[in-house]
Amino acid sequence: MSRKQKIVLARILLAAVLMIVILLSPVKGNLRFALFMIPYLVVGYDILRKAFLGVVHGQVFDENFLMAVATVGAILLGEYPEGVSVMLFYQIGELFQSVAVDRSRKNIADLMDIVPEYANLETGKGGIEKVDPDEVEAGSVIVIKPGEKVPIDGIVLEGTSVLNTSALTGESMPRDIGPGETIISGCINMTALLRVKTTKEFEDSTVAKILELVENSAMKKARSENFITRFARYYTPAVCLAALCLALGGPLIRMAFLHQAPMWTDWITRALTFLVISCPCALVISIPLTFFGGIGGASARGILVKGSNYLEKLAKAKYFVLDKTGTLTKGVFTVTKIQPVGMSEEELLETAAYAEYFSNHPISQCIREAYGREIDASRLSDEREISGHGVEVQYQLKTIAAGNSKLMHKWRIAVPESSENGTVVHVAVDGKYAGYILISDTLKEGARGMLEELKRLGIKRSVILTGDARGPAMAVGRELKADDVKYDLLPENKVDQVERMMANKYPDEELVFVGDGINDAPVLMRADVGIAMGAMGSDAAIEAADVVLMDDDPVKIPLAIRIAQKTMKIVYQNITLALAVKLICLILGALGIAGMWMAIFADVGIMVICVINAMRALKTNNL
Amino acid sequence: MKKTYKIEVDCAVCAGKMEDQAKKTAGVKEATVSFMTRKMKVEFEEDADVATVMEQVRAACKKVESDCEIYL
Repeated sequence: MSRKQKIVLARILLAAVLMIVILLSPVKGNLRFALFMIPYLVVGYDILRKAFLGVVHGQVFDENFLMAVATVGAILLGEYPEGVSVMLFYQIGELFQSVAVDRSRKNIADLMDIVPEYANLETGKGGIEKVDPDEVEAGSVIVIKPGEKVPIDGIVLEGTSVLNTSALTGESMPRDIGPGETIISGCINMTALLRVKTTKEFEDSTVAKILELVENSAMKKARSENFITRFARYYTPAVCLAALCLALGGPLIRMAFLHQAPMWTDWITRALTFLVISCPCALVISIPLTFFGGIGGASARGILVKGSNYLEKLAKAKYFVLDKTGTLTKGVFTVTKIQPVGMSEEELLETAAYAEYFSNHPISQCIREAYGREIDASRLSDEREISGHGVEVQYQLKTIAAGNSKLMHKWRIAVPESSENGTVVHVAVDGKYAGYILISDTLKEGARGMLEELKRLGIKRSVILTGDARGPAMAVGRELKADDVKYDLLPENKVDQVERMMANKYPDEELVFVGDGINDAPVLMRADVGIAMGAMGSDAAIEAADVVLMDDDPVKIPLAIRIAQKTMKIVYQNITLALAVKLICLILGALGIAGMWMAIFADVGIMVICVINAMRALKTNNL
Repeated sequence: MKKTYKIEVDCAVCAGKMEDQAKKTAGVKEATVSFMTRKMKVEFEEDADVATVMEQVRAACKKVESDCEIYL
């Protein structure tokens, strides 16, 4: 609690004690009035001051003014305890709200405690100086000891260690890091000392950018947030008008039409109750709080959401369009199948690796990597690389040909039909077919079952878009059980596809596109929500997308939807609860059943409940 | 030209009022206030004088909420 808040608490406690003492004492008349003024002013003087200032500046429908009128009215009617209680409970409510908001801010700050406090800068004379990360210029050398946070983005000069990336990605899987590799700020260096040359200044480093992103996300307001703000603006004057009608209308109708005693006091009391309930605080504070919690909770799981509005849209996602290579697949090509004919797998692989030894083609590198062993070049001779076909070589007195079906055709070697997903390298030894090796991209582990999970979360349709050929595209589509696959697409075709889908859906059904940053920027912008694989800080992705997955894992996509849906559920719960309770209290107040006590309990109580409910949005570790 | 300012404000409704006042001020193209992060983001018109406009925004906000503060 801050100093200001502690003072308010002291005033509340003092006023409460005084009030109880006075209530228990047998005082009457003017003395009673004067004594009650003490706790009243102790707890309410600043409200009265602000009410006065508000009126002077033309702000009539100010909650301070309303509280002032309600309590002064009660006092004028002789209901001193009521007047003081209303002021007392109002202040309790305001204090609670203030403390809750501070707690929420602190919780999010703690979750996002990725800011490094210092950097160990290497000084020219061989020493190390502890400095503020802000002061380190790009290109300087810093030292990161085991257990310390990486303060600034850079490249490792010396040292091999293991990093804990959980602050950025929410995953505790450690990552190896060594010389020549890029290191990202926000990670924790675990095992060994690292010497790093910084490539950016602190404010451009990943850590600073992520924090800025989360802070700015509160600026992009959700539709429900904007609705509540506009509602609150009409609500207060409306209820005040209703209060006036009650105060005047009730007695007048009784006198003129029912020929009964006007009972001014009764109706004015009811009107004052209305004024007390007219404060929309609970609603207006709990909604932004909920979104803030949701975004903070998502960040802790490595999902950066750039605006409350995107969280809202994710909850309403109905269509998912995904890029294939690099998003659902690793984007790295490896040997995935060895299909020999008349020899063992190892023999085929060895033969192919030797044949591919001299080529620089990525396919050749793949095969050599898969083989893994040293190649004795002395066993090879007469190597020939035929572009568009493959390689030919003399290996251990045999003629080896390795390449595509065109190469086999040239040697008039029959090639089996294949509907494989990937690139096929056929191998022939001395003119006889020896089998083939399949090189393809592998699915990310997190992609398996992901689309089915999305269906369970309410997604109507999933579509995979790719520039890759039919074979690999359909294979992935089948494995992941996508509803549709579009292949052989040029970048502009992808945009067309998404635009067509956007045109053919209802406006409140959101379309989400998932891709990797650089190539998919136009599509990311076109979709209702663009999710990019962040590749641990890829600037392009963070720029173009609305949501960034810090660790590139597709398994985070359903998680993002679940977080969004939970957040929206809490938002609607709060809106419904606050409006319903207010309405009921207004009705009861108008009928004279609810006194000012109940009104203020309802007001403060509802706010407390809504705020506590809003804090639930922060808890995302069980989703 | 966009700038973000740190602000002090007690309640969410007041933050909304500050946002309205800022939007109404001459020279301000767009403004957002976040109560949660205590920040005000202002996008200025092409030919606006940032210092003058912000002084006006601050004065306007003080009128609707005497306890608020914008750190310029």
